[in-house]
Amino acid sequence: MSDIPASVTETPMQRDRAVTIYEKSVSGRRAGTMPPLGVPERPLQELIPANLLRKRPPHLPEISEPEIVRHYNRISRRNFDLDTGFYPLGSCTMKHNPRLNERVAALPGHARLHPAQDAPRAQGALELMWLLQGALAEICGLPHVSLQPSAGSHGELAGLLLTRAYHADRGEERHKVLTPDTAHGTNPASVTMAGYEVVKVATNERGGVDMDDLRSKVDGEVACLMLTNPNTLGLFDENIAEMAALLHEVGATLYYDGANLNAIMGHSRPGDMGFDIVHVNLHKSFSQPHGGGGPGGGPIAVSERIEPYLPRPQVVRLGGDNGSEPYYDLDFERPKSIGRLRGFQGNFGVFVRSYAYILSLGRDGLAEASETAVLNANYLLARMRQGRAGGYLPVAFDRHCMHEFVLSGAPAKKELGVKTLDIAKRLLDFGFHPPTVYFPLLVDEALMVEPTETEAMESLDEFADAIERILEEAEEDPGVAREAPYTTPVRRLDEVRATRQPVVRQPLGD
Amino acid sequence: MTRYTSATDADREQMLAAIGVASTEELFAQIPEALRLGRPLELPEGMSEAEVHERLAALAGRNADAEREICFLGAGMYDHYVPAIVDAITERSEFLTPYTPYQPEISQGGLQAMFEFQTAMSELTALPVSNAALYEGPSAVASAGYLAIMATGRRRFVVSRGVHPHSRETLETYSVGYGAEVVEAPLEGGLTDGAALAATVDGDTAAVFLQNPNFLGAVEDIEALGAAAKEHGALLVVAVDPMTLGVLRPPGESGADVAVGEGQPLGNRLDFGGPSFGFFCATEEHIRRMPGRIAGETIDVDGRRGFVLTLQTREQHIRREKATHNICTAQALNALGAMVHLAWLGRQGFVELGELLVQRTAYARERLAAIDGVELLHEAPVVREFAVRTDAPVGGVLERCAQRGIAAGYPLGRDYPEFDDGLLVAITERRTKEQIDALAEALEQAVAESSVLSPQSSEGVTA
Repeated sequence: MSDIPASVTETPMQRDRAVTIYEKSVSGRRAGTMPPLGVPERPLQELIPANLLRKRPPHLPEISEPEIVRHYNRISRRNFDLDTGFYPLGSCTMKHNPRLNERVAALPGHARLHPAQDAPRAQGALELMWLLQGALAEICGLPHVSLQPSAGSHGELAGLLLTRAYHADRGEERHKVLTPDTAHGTNPASVTMAGYEVVKVATNERGGVDMDDLRSKVDGEVACLMLTNPNTLGLFDENIAEMAALLHEVGATLYYDGANLNAIMGHSRPGDMGFDIVHVNLHKSFSQPHGGGGPGGGPIAVSERIEPYLPRPQVVRLGGDNGSEPYYDLDFERPKSIGRLRGFQGNFGVFVRSYAYILSLGRDGLAEASETAVLNANYLLARMRQGRAGGYLPVAFDRHCMHEFVLSGAPAKKELGVKTLDIAKRLLDFGFHPPTVYFPLLVDEALMVEPTETEAMESLDEFADAIERILEEAEEDPGVAREAPYTTPVRRLDEVRATRQPVVRQPLGD
Repeated sequence: MTRYTSATDADREQMLAAIGVASTEELFAQIPEALRLGRPLELPEGMSEAEVHERLAALAGRNADAEREICFLGAGMYDHYVPAIVDAITERSEFLTPYTPYQPEISQGGLQAMFEFQTAMSELTALPVSNAALYEGPSAVASAGYLAIMATGRRRFVVSRGVHPHSRETLETYSVGYGAEVVEAPLEGGLTDGAALAATVDGDTAAVFLQNPNFLGAVEDIEALGAAAKEHGALLVVAVDPMTLGVLRPPGESGADVAVGEGQPLGNRLDFGGPSFGFFCATEEHIRRMPGRIAGETIDVDGRRGFVLTLQTREQHIRREKATHNICTAQALNALGAMVHLAWLGRQGFVELGELLVQRTAYARERLAAIDGVELLHEAPVVREFAVRTDAPVGGVLERCAQRGIAAGYPLGRDYPEFDDGLLVAITERRTKEQIDALAEALEQAVAESSVLSPQSSEGVTA
């Protein structure tokens, strides 16, 4: 491979070097035009003092509309996306994004509704939020919902601040939050931001929380235990009821990270497991497109005892009984509320999409979606137990999984000299997005695979076949995977250089 | 087979056989029986695509959106024209459906767009470092507080009352977790009271928060106000409306250490409040304390230019409890929309738009101030939003204007009891002279009618 010059094997996409929109800028070009002013014009300095005015216009690209369109279309092709290929990214739930949801979110009644519109003139929007709150409450098994948090991590922060408010209201001050060593990185980061100290809990031989370790750490200093169930290994922790009892006995709350809710919708509910606070990732289980890193939505559902502290405003329904017309409003009069977490009412456009998704699937469809997600994951796991994958990439905890599973690339590294990173990079050449890698941390050389319910069996087979071929190839020449990828728009990038000498914007003159 | 899945009964049989179980029930057996729901969810049956569309359209039809009313509402989000190419580009599968770019080799489009966005925001704010966006404005303000604590080791914030009430409240919410104290500096004549602010800032102050233009639309003298922060070694955090930065002196040239703000005016629709994005720019020295994703330039093994998520050791997925923020999913697609809008406006258009806002706002302000029973709430310079007082109760005035198809503005009494007769009026390039004249006429009549009907009343018709 390495004796052929790169210039020969370069793909057309690779030959097309990255050029930023700033580098395409030509002085004097433009796209948009302004409507006529229409009012008498006055000297600017008469309206705003000169020392408060900008002296030099900011550098923005000077470029025509056709060139803008071409630029972004071209660079878009340097992205892999879910509409094009399989995206088995563990804990991210890359399920199909229905276009119907985009269409209804773009209706002017949603898209051009000002967030400060008076409640009487925004009844449709408030009703939609109220209906979504109700649906999420039912799915989570908890009576009250706030839609305000903007993503999972925002929901986590909300949950911890709710916990703090709940304890403060009882005159208690607690300092510790427990998280399992398999937790998402956002959990410990949120704990710190909320002013608590992280205490890690170990994992047992079945992939669940080590109950002895947990018992030794639960005391009156503990404010909360943050968990996801099924956990990040894709395994349902059967001790959850006992854990809930332990935590509740000392007056702590139990927080559910909803990243893995896609495994259990309509089958089991966090509220029934004993959780007090749950966040739901609307961009995971409820089909909001990920947008290359957002937007998302992270509503929280809570138990009765947490309700008084929910963020404000809350959407409420007044009347509507005995056949009267209901009225929806924003309730700001919440004296015990933790306050706002953001501006206005939340990511309403995301609510529209998620509500459309829930309406489309309905009660049976949601349960069936989770069932199929679990079926797909176990089928792919069964395929991965066979052939070379079974030997080189064994499953970390040898059980049936829920919606995702974790493999360990340790044998492949030891026996083939090919790391998990190399397998991930080689998968790119086969047209797949790799699984989540090196997470959870307790599995050596981890690959975390979540196929979701929207993948056809054929996709799962193609992925398993690709893994088999990559391992076969590595038996012959591990160098192939170690230098992969070859066909992507760029090859392995120098991340160390990017960190040591950060270039985070285009240098421009005056 | 349910919506959006492909598994037929035959597929299922084959998959179950490969797994070695008789039914999916066996797979769910790991959930203890007592924790199984054991009944269908209490939700409606699934609906066809056409039915869902009708249902959602019916809900949308019960909202008075900016297509059905002339919208003078602002208060942080504005009815700007979003160019068609913003939709065309952000709706592309390649931008709409990928995850966060953890695999840079197949994410160059998104990463490059972030790099271009960072460049644009850095230019607008005149600060050298920008991240690739946060959730939205007020939480970006609160995030700046966290950076200030890390940078100074102090836990006290001084916040002008001119900062958006949602930002102030969000900062207070977060500060409970930070263990920080929030102190407010008052307004005087529509502007932050400089003397009072200076008296409030001390050696324990981590940051001073200002907004420009402030919530009442007034243009602040950031440099003068910021002197108190400089004197005591506190950071100066300025929340800015990005659409005013073609006209106003940028925060980076007025002494700001951090500039944040609500990005909605750039390429994002109103959406009843979100999703939009927040931006976060800072001086070089804070680059390793920044929250959120940052794209950086580098090269690949063959020397080709490329982009990666950089300085990731700040972030939760690497650093866990020692991260500089907990943020994971942010607003990449919304930031892309902003970048496309900014490119479409271009260097000239962006300034022209800012100037157009100043001129039309000046016209509207004069027009409204001339109405009997309406007076200016403050005389400070403004760009795109201004505040008036009405003799008649604001609630009733707004209701009457709404009946004429005009959302006349934002009632300041919602957040400022001292201005319960105040109305905040916002102008965009979509608000023509004719519409401004129609507002003036509606307001004049509404004030006159309300004064006649309820001369003693101090309460509005609507809550």
